[in-house]
Parts: sequence; C-alpha cells; structure tokens
Amino acid sequence: MNNDALVRLVEVHKIYRTGEMEVPAVRSVSLEIRRGEFVALMGASGSGKSTLMNILGCLDRPSSGQYFLDNADVSDLDRNQLADIRNRKLGFVFQNFNLLPRTSARENAELPLVYSAQHLSRPQLRERADRVLASVGLAGREDHYPSQLSGGQQQRVAIARALINEPEMLLADEPTGNLDSRTSVEIMAIFQQLNEHGITIIMVTHEQDIAAYAQRNVAMRDGLIRDDHLVTRRSDAKNQLQHLSASTL
Amino acid sequence: MRLAPTFNVAYRALRRNKMRSVLTALGIIIGVGAVIAMVGIGNGAKAQVEAQIASLGENVILIFSGSTTSSGIRTGWGGAGTLKIEDAEAIRREVPGVIAVSEEVVSTTQVAAGNQNWFTRIYGESADYLDIRQWPLVDGAPFTAQDVRSANKVCVIGRTTATQIYGNENPIGQILRIKNVPFTILGVLTPKGLSPQGVDQDDIVVMPYTSAMKRVIGGTTLRNINVQIGDASQVEAAQQQIISLLRQRHNIRPGRDDDFTVRTQQEIAEAATATSRVMTVLLGAIAGVSLLVGGIGIMNIMLVSVTERTREIGVRMAVGARGNDILTQFLIEAVTLSSVGGVIGIICGIAASRILSIYANWPTLISISSIAIAFLFSAAVGVFFGFYPARKAAALDPIEALRYE
Repeated sequence: MNNDALVRLVEVHKIYRTGEMEVPAVRSVSLEIRRGEFVALMGASGSGKSTLMNILGCLDRPSSGQYFLDNADVSDLDRNQLADIRNRKLGFVFQNFNLLPRTSARENAELPLVYSAQHLSRPQLRERADRVLASVGLAGREDHYPSQLSGGQQQRVAIARALINEPEMLLADEPTGNLDSRTSVEIMAIFQQLNEHGITIIMVTHEQDIAAYAQRNVAMRDGLIRDDHLVTRRSDAKNQLQHLSASTL
Repeated sequence: MRLAPTFNVAYRALRRNKMRSVLTALGIIIGVGAVIAMVGIGNGAKAQVEAQIASLGENVILIFSGSTTSSGIRTGWGGAGTLKIEDAEAIRREVPGVIAVSEEVVSTTQVAAGNQNWFTRIYGESADYLDIRQWPLVDGAPFTAQDVRSANKVCVIGRTTATQIYGNENPIGQILRIKNVPFTILGVLTPKGLSPQGVDQDDIVVMPYTSAMKRVIGGTTLRNINVQIGDASQVEAAQQQIISLLRQRHNIRPGRDDDFTVRTQQEIAEAATATSRVMTVLLGAIAGVSLLVGGIGIMNIMLVSVTERTREIGVRMAVGARGNDILTQFLIEAVTLSSVGGVIGIICGIAASRILSIYANWPTLISISSIAIAFLFSAAVGVFFGFYPARKAAALDPIEALRYE
C-alpha cells in the first residue's frame, strides 16, 4: 500500500434512485491523491463532480467501491463516525460561505471545536480562533458579524473555520464562485500558501483559470473521470497580486 | 460536545425571536400557573375540611341513634331514639381505652335575654364535651360534672349567639332564657367558623345534657354519644367492642341490623375529603390541558425553528456535529423555553392563588411538592414536545441541509 496516498478511491459508484429509475451519478471512479497535492476537480454540472466531492468529504457514502482516507477504509462507517472524521481530518469551504448569521467571525471559526476539543479552555479556544483568523488576514475583525464583512472576508472566515482543527485535507466547492476576480485571486493565494505548508486541497471548479492555480486537474463527464493531468503552466496567485497592486499604483 | 456554547446558542436563538419565544413561553406560563392555582385551591379546600374534621377531636368515635336501616325503615342517623343514657354509662364502664364520653342531645329553639331574642341550636353534652372537641373558652369557665349531675341551669355560648343577643356586652354571668327557663351563662366559646356543610358552628348554646333533656328538649333518649379513645391504635378495637356491647344491651339477635351507627372520625374524614380530592384532581386536570396546549405550542415553534435553521444544521453537521449534538441543541432550546415558562408560571400561579385567597376569601394551599411537580412537569413537557422536532433536525441529511434555501 502506498503510504503517500491520502485519498484512494477504488471502483467507487454512486447511484441515486428516483422511483423506479436508477440514476448513476458516479460510475467506477478510481483515484489516488497524494499528501500535499492541490487538485482541481472539474466538469460541467451533472458531471458527477459534486457527488464525488460529497463522498470525498465524508458527507455521503459510495453505493459500492471503497474509499481509503489516510489508509483507513471509510466507505462503511456510520453517520457518527463520518461526523468525527469530518471534524478531525477534513475542512470545508463552500461557494456561499455558509457562515452562521449573527455570529461573530471568531465564533464561526470556533464552530468545529464545539464538537471536539473538550480539553481546551475558553481562553485557549479563543486564542486558537484568533490565531487562525490572523493567518488568513482577518486580524482585528474577530468580532465582526458576517453581515459586516465583504464576500472575500466571509470566505476567509470560512477558511479559518476549515483550518481550526488542523485537518489533513481542505475540500473547497466552487470557493470563488461568488467572488469577483481580484478577490478570487486573493483566495487562491491563501490556498496556494496553505498548500505550500503541506495541506492537501481538493477544489471543485468549472473555471479553467481557477483550476490553473492547482497542481493537478481532474475532469469528469457523465460520472467518469475523462482527464487527469498535471498543470504545466501553473498560475502563481501571489505574483499576480503583486502585479495587480503595481498596476493600480 | 461542549455544553456551554450549546446553551449560549439556545439562548441566542430564543432571544433573536423575542416575541415568538415570549408567546410560546406564555402557553407554558398559563398552563403551569393554572395548575398551581387550581391545585392550590383544591388542596386549600381539602385542608380546610380536614382541619374541621380534626376539630371533632382526636381518636373520636361517634355513635348515632338509629341506623341506615332499621326493620326495613330507613331512619337516618339519630332518627330513632335508641340510645339511652345507660348505654353511654356502659361504654364508659366497660370499653377499654375510653378516656372521655359525652352524651349528646340536640335541638333548635328561640333564646332570649332582655329585649333581644335569637333562634339557635342547643347542644346538651357532658362536661367532657369541650375537651373531646378541643374547644376552649375565650372567656369564663365551663360547666362541671357536678352541674351535669344536678342538671343545673348553666350554659356556655358560641360567639355568634353572644353577639346576636348581647352585642358588645360581656355575656358572662348574664341570664339567658331558653324556653322561658333562665340559664346562667358561664363562658363564651372560641369561634370556629363555618363547618364543611356551611353551618355556623359558633351559633350554639352548650349546656349539660341532663339540663337539656329535663328542662329544654324533653325525651329520654340521646341523639348520639361521642367517645374519645386514649390511643389511636385502640380505636378500631374499641369500635368493635362498642358495637357488640350495644347489640347485647339492645337485645339484637345475630343476623339482625344494628339500631345504631358507629363511625370513627377517620371514616368521616375520608368521606368528607373525598369530595375535595375529586375537586382537586378535576381542577388540576383541566389546568393540565392548558399545559398540554402550551406544550403543543413549543412543538410548533421548534418545528418552525428547525426548518428556518436547516442550513445552520447542515453547516454544523459538515464541521463534525453528530446527530446527537444537534438533538441536544434543540432539546436544550425547547427545555429552556418550557422551564423558564414553568418558573414564571409558578410565580404567577402562587400570585393568583394569593389574590384568590385575599379577595375571594378562598382557602388555598400551595405545597413545595406541587411546585416541584409543576416545574418538573414543565421541563418534561419541553423534552416531550421538543423531542420530535429535535429528532427531525438530527436526522437531516447534511448534503440536503446545506443545499436548503
């Protein structure tokens, strides 16, 4: 067994039943993602990429096939065990941020710790949340409510929430879908920086230029993986940001 | 799961919809308040009846002349004059454990003094009577066993009779004419108020039974005999002995009905409190229905809350909340609503029963146990009616919940 593989899907199928009809959303997908990779999962809507993402995020179970996460088979775990895996090993970033409204940035970031980390005291919890928020550039905004933050800042809070439990893997579902192009680059800069520090990232996107920030692109169509290649001309978000600032000066 | 933030979440969710939370809690407030007030009224009535029965005296056995059935004729208690003075003396002599006996004759008549007159009840009793009934005098002295033996023209009177005849004057030592016989008033009885049947117990003249039989009422038989037993454990045995003694004295053959009726104080108390107990249960049950309606209100609001917060539930699940964590969160919210409502309801219920006892003059009794039960019950209502919505929330599919608009 290859110990470098953080994610290993073996012949994974996902079939939805609507009445008599069986609709296959994912058909026989086998995929390996190594620790520290930054993968963009691409495809049109209905291609099965969201379903595959749900399985990878332990929000859903495959109908058949096996899913090894960190060398442990998670395809047959029950709801509670999956919840624990999501809590400890995974971090989610959504297109629409999904922050709790009327709840401060700090408390949003702390949310995963509510369901674990019993040993941490209240000040420790706070300290940890503030540190993660600072790492995504939100120092000083800890007490702001989502409604007081811009879209990019809200997505940063969501990233902080995803990172607070120091997960193995970050799962991002169209993370720039609701953001303007400049903010998108900022978010990509954070992703690339996190990735350089060793965190594995899987990102669903349908935008070619966003996928170009990843190391590897996996394209799906009709529930199958049609293409899997390394990005040759990778975009460097940090560099672009410097250029952008320079051009506006 | 960490509990402190969960309570915090519940608190904030409730505060966010202040009006809604207040109205929902109001259902519980009214329910619990009604239960407390109604049970308070019922218990108050029961306690009053019990106190009045207790005022008959401790360990008392009452023997009434006649029985429910006598040779096919139903006469009612005290109807047929079958009890003789000698029966009372025999009981005093032969039944072990007897510490006091009072022969009793009763009549109603007009009494007069000066230019005042009044229609009242005349009780002929032995000198033990006031001891048996634990009925002290407020002023003066009781009549004595000597007065009873000599059939002296003396009496003690109740507060009502005293005020009706003498007004504010001191009646002690005055002459009261009863059927034109002059009686000297020796004392005035402590006021007792109304009996459970609504009779004014202070509208009374108590005199030696010998005087009553000879000078006022006439006749040779007693209406009833009051017997007091020294020790509660002997009451039942004494009751049996009195029955067999009287059957023997009245020559009643085996198989024939008694021509007298023996009741212990306890039997009378049970009969009397049965009514008020039924009343308490009924009142409590009616109030309980409003608590039930309050519970349904909680369930309704919790279902709305679960639907409104479907996305939040999805997010919580995505970051690792287990089904049980979500269940607990919503249960805490429901129980907070219901127990806060319960506490306020208890306060309102106590206030309501205070107001009733002050302004409507109803006796109310609120026990610690009824408060504790009401509080636990309101919390249980929260758990019971909160459980279904909470379980619904916990069973949500995280993917569906995240996608919910």
